[in-house]
Amino acid sequence: MTAATLDRPAAGGGFRRPRRRPGRTALRLLPLLPAVALMLVFLAGPVLWSFYGSLTNQALTGYKAANPEFVGLDNYAELLTDDGFWKAVVLTVVFVGASAVIGQNVLGMALALLLRAAAKPLRAVVSALVVVAWVLPEIVAAFALYAFFSTDGTLNQVLAWFGLEGPTWLISVPMLAVILANIWRGTAFSMMVYGAALSEVPPDVTEAAAIDGATGPQRFFRITLPMIRRSISTNLMLTTLQTLAVFTLIWVMTGGGPGTDSSTLPVLAYQEAFKFAQVGYGTAIATVTLLVGAVFSIVYIRVLKPEVD
Amino acid sequence: MRLQKSALASGAVLALGLTAACSGGGGDSTADDSTITVAYQKTAQFVQLDDLLQKAKSEYEAANEGMTVDLVPIEAEQDQYFTKLALMNGSADTAPDVIYEDTFQIRSDAAAGYLQPIDEYVEAWEDWDQFPDTARQAGLGDDGKVYGVSMGTDTRGLYYNKDLFAQAGLPTDWQPESWDDILSAARTIKEKLPDVTPINVYAGKAAGEATTMQGFEMLLYGTDDELYDADTQKWITGSQGFTDSLAFLETIYGEGLAPSLDIALDASVGARVATELLPQGKLAMAVDGSWLPGGWITGDNAWPEWEETLGMAAMPTQDGQEPGFTSMSGGWTLAVGAHAGDPQAAFDFIATALNKENSLKYDTENSQIAVRTDVAEDPEYLGFNPSFEFFSSLVDYTHFRPATPDYSQISSNIQVAAESVATGQATAEEAAATYDEGLVSIVGDDATQAAG
Repeated sequence: MTAATLDRPAAGGGFRRPRRRPGRTALRLLPLLPAVALMLVFLAGPVLWSFYGSLTNQALTGYKAANPEFVGLDNYAELLTDDGFWKAVVLTVVFVGASAVIGQNVLGMALALLLRAAAKPLRAVVSALVVVAWVLPEIVAAFALYAFFSTDGTLNQVLAWFGLEGPTWLISVPMLAVILANIWRGTAFSMMVYGAALSEVPPDVTEAAAIDGATGPQRFFRITLPMIRRSISTNLMLTTLQTLAVFTLIWVMTGGGPGTDSSTLPVLAYQEAFKFAQVGYGTAIATVTLLVGAVFSIVYIRVLKPEVD
Repeated sequence: MRLQKSALASGAVLALGLTAACSGGGGDSTADDSTITVAYQKTAQFVQLDDLLQKAKSEYEAANEGMTVDLVPIEAEQDQYFTKLALMNGSADTAPDVIYEDTFQIRSDAAAGYLQPIDEYVEAWEDWDQFPDTARQAGLGDDGKVYGVSMGTDTRGLYYNKDLFAQAGLPTDWQPESWDDILSAARTIKEKLPDVTPINVYAGKAAGEATTMQGFEMLLYGTDDELYDADTQKWITGSQGFTDSLAFLETIYGEGLAPSLDIALDASVGARVATELLPQGKLAMAVDGSWLPGGWITGDNAWPEWEETLGMAAMPTQDGQEPGFTSMSGGWTLAVGAHAGDPQAAFDFIATALNKENSLKYDTENSQIAVRTDVAEDPEYLGFNPSFEFFSSLVDYTHFRPATPDYSQISSNIQVAAESVATGQATAEEAAATYDEGLVSIVGDDATQAAG
């Protein structure tokens, strides 16, 4: 695609389309080589290596650690018949849908809208508080949230002041706990993206709509949202992929448990690879996670058409 | 286009994390032959080994001019300790020279090429005569070569709190004769002392090998079935004993006789039982290892009253069938890493760490059942800890874990089964069926046989 853009000025400029000179085109592509090489080594390389790993029965210990065998698609065949895998897929979709697509995006947008209308000091205080959750390293945030949700943690102690007895959050509603935790942690990012996007919407457009008699919600849904469509698409994509890869948060808070009730795909991949020592099988799960991310990305690109205006 | 790339990028990061396991990390800890790196486990409750190795380090360095011993404590619970070790062993650059190795991991790690045989060194070692055959067996690999030197062994039994038993109107000199005796005592305690947890039997994945060995296998080896048929060398599927053992866990967790799940499924459950629940009188019975008194005799969590407060009973068989009781034995070894630059030096360090004086120190302080004949007969050892006599007597009933390279993976599979019944996510029958499927996928159809 980049190559095509480079070609265009050379192609234009006369009535007759000048003949393409292959030597010259190759020369123009030369400066791209280092970038392409880096991409191949650091992006495509690990992906291919991981894909190869998923076709072996590599283990962490035992004979298969010393001499892994090529087993073709056995790992994938086994995955597809494994109930635990399908449960993890469902949990992952629930986790991503509830915490990223709905939670972080909607809450981030709401905060961005409210802050635009808020007084300056309030805006400063609220954004600072929200951003703190984003600034914390994931492991620190995870420990803080574990302390918050655990059975004799902060949340239940606060509830006790009001005479309420909270549930054992991490045991009885583990998915709710990790979803809330991820919303808490990730909302700041969406808020900042949407805050920036909203400030780019020219005020005269919305003013003109207001003069034509459009109500507040109408102005938001018919004017503002379509205008920041590209930011929404980018943000959805980034939060989705980030949430898809969340591991530390869940691992620290619930360890994927109780049982497998909060084992999303990354947690399952880690367990299979490092706890059950089946590195090949775990890598197959990681590869599937990659595919799930790709599917989400394609859907966003198709549905929201960020490149079309 | 740009967006698709970012999708690819984040997938690649994930994949990188996993593939890193295959290739191992960088480092230069074993760069030269005059340094011996020693990898071992250390936790807040388990400092006895650290003490021993510090002592051995200064003795070894004093005796061998120019040599340095680099102690690398891995501060992790057992489960993560194995993972970290396996990752360190993944690359010659980070592989330690001397490894603190659980006996059940030896065959598996020897097969993986992480350890090297030490036959020639032990044969030249004058103290090797002090190790009886059973102790030598523990360090053998699949190929019959010696890979580890045994530090001590252990047995498992039932601890019970006499004060709580008295309050609940139960006998304080107690020896259950079947699982039902245990259950009825637990139910009595729940009824009379509602604030006390009646019994702990490990059943969480996070507890790792403790769930398999102190928990599940203490039950299974008291039934008519076992995990593995040593004669045919096949793993057993669909046995009644397996289902019954899971059903026992299902009963105690389902009826609220065991700790609540937030404690039971946490990685720290073992530490909490030993340093909190038992000493504070919050737990009436615990199936646990012979090493617990070591932490009560000395150290940060000393609990001198344990001798009067706790009673010890042998774990009964399911219905009291012959021989009446059961136990499990394991133990740890020191082994030489496959990439050790100077294996003789690494072995010499092991020989220093496990000479008579140091073995005696470790076996007493860490409540090990001594394997060295000269230590086991030493009056200082026998007089040190009043529980030694009881736990040594369980050796008559004890079982060992199946010694195959697959055991550690199968053990993880057992933990999954145990946790799924403890959390009520599966019945005992369902969990046993899931275990059978997992077992076949690990060892293959040929290596299993139906119970019968």
